[in-house]
Amino acid sequence: MSTTIGPFVAVVSARYRTLLQYRAAAFAGFATQLFWGAIRLMILAAFFAAATEPQPMDLPQIVAYVWLGQALLGMLPWNVDADFRAQVRDGTVAYDLLRPLDLYSYWFGRTLAFRVAAPTLRGIPMVLFSMVLLPLAGLGDWALTPPASAIAFAGFLASLVLAAMLATAVTLLAHISLLWTISGVGMDRILTVLVTVFSGLIVPLPLFPDWLQPFLNGQPFRGLADVPYRIYSGNIPPGEIAGELLFTLVWVIVLVLLGRLILLRGVRRMVVQGG
Amino acid sequence: MNAAALLLRYLAISLRGQLQYRASFLMAALGNLLNCLIELAGIWVLFDRFGNLSGWSFAEVAFFCGTVNATYAIGELLATGFDQFGTLYVKTGDFDRLLLRPRSTVLQLAGHELSLRRLGRLLPGIVIVVVAWAALDLPLEGDRVGLLAFAMAGGVAFFFALMVLQATMCFWTTESLELMNILTYGGVETASYPLPIYHRLFRRFFTFVVPLACIGYFPIVAVLGVDDPLGTSRMFQVAAPLAGFAFLGVAIGVWQLGVRRYTSTGS
Repeated sequence: MSTTIGPFVAVVSARYRTLLQYRAAAFAGFATQLFWGAIRLMILAAFFAAATEPQPMDLPQIVAYVWLGQALLGMLPWNVDADFRAQVRDGTVAYDLLRPLDLYSYWFGRTLAFRVAAPTLRGIPMVLFSMVLLPLAGLGDWALTPPASAIAFAGFLASLVLAAMLATAVTLLAHISLLWTISGVGMDRILTVLVTVFSGLIVPLPLFPDWLQPFLNGQPFRGLADVPYRIYSGNIPPGEIAGELLFTLVWVIVLVLLGRLILLRGVRRMVVQGG
Repeated sequence: MNAAALLLRYLAISLRGQLQYRASFLMAALGNLLNCLIELAGIWVLFDRFGNLSGWSFAEVAFFCGTVNATYAIGELLATGFDQFGTLYVKTGDFDRLLLRPRSTVLQLAGHELSLRRLGRLLPGIVIVVVAWAALDLPLEGDRVGLLAFAMAGGVAFFFALMVLQATMCFWTTESLELMNILTYGGVETASYPLPIYHRLFRRFFTFVVPLACIGYFPIVAVLGVDDPLGTSRMFQVAAPLAGFAFLGVAIGVWQLGVRRYTSTGS
């Protein structure tokens, strides 16, 4: 057991320690996201105040959606790992092919660490701030409320693990596509747009027009943000949690299989750069 | 050669350089265009769901959004040299070369690059303003158009000043900090919506400390010809964009303090 899992644990923890070195950048990122969260909240609350009909979400649920979105922003697969891009560009990616490891699993571990390290550094202070400090400052209406129930919290944690896997699978697809495109600048932009719109980061998905809901409910990106945040706030009731988790899991499996397939082709026709 | 002619010469060279890489320019411009349209689509989704925003209509908010995007794009277009100052000039020590030339550093940095991909934000911004203007049935009068142009000029000065301040921080930190994004990108987001929806502290901050509302919300209220729910007078709204120019004056003063403090990295 330890001989198969060991290398991946080592890769994940090494990557994690590297990312945790940049504390000043993390602080700047924290302040930026705090500001974004505050502006988004004030905009959504102002719209909400004008609403006359019952809405698909209540205000505390919207507030939780926004703060969780800011806390977990780094986990969304909106960019590629700059280190990985450099590796493809200068040809050192060839070394990875020589390692006595399953290539997809090895890259999955590396990418998982890339996706998960930043959110822990930014996310924990963000949750503390929005849950503890805001009520103390007399801004209780804008605070992140605790999870709707114990079941909702358990479901949230489970969906978060699946969201991390989904984010990794999507990022890895982008990484593998670098084997063809090398620079990947254009793809980065398209990925950002797809992910931020369809995960619910720009506008919470339930607030989109009703005629768009069937499409929004079927696409994979909602497993990244919309599903976990709504389970947390109770907007997705406990009875539906299992179904939503299954939905995300199916998409993880589909994207992992797709990634393996494309990687197989990519390695066969890859041209190593450099000299 | 006088300063203006020199600046034009710099910019012409930069344009010719960028046209050598047409595909990469088009891709980046397209990305900017997409971001701008998504922002507008996000506003539309919220209007579709909630009907109105404390009395403001979609066309009015689109007017705010279009104006600030166009204004920011012009400011960014002219200030690329300041935007990338830390990485390109301080870290490398290349700022020494600028100091040795018999021209002001502000002029040389303004001429660093006329970044064409910013057109991806400028063009949709202008189109949104024009369409919103027509949708609102605003009469096409000289003083309205003139006030909008004055507000945008003040806005360009304002965003240029933010880039200058961001570059000035590099004299102390060497690298550019993500922190200024709060005021640049965050400023565009903030000014895309009417000021009264924000908390009192935010309103004061964006009026008196960083005069974003003076180049966005206040003059635009006068252009739209509506009454300000915050109760400001027309006279104030019309004069407000002056704050953008004053802000630029302060920023250049701070810049010169920073230049005096500069020590080369010497590598």
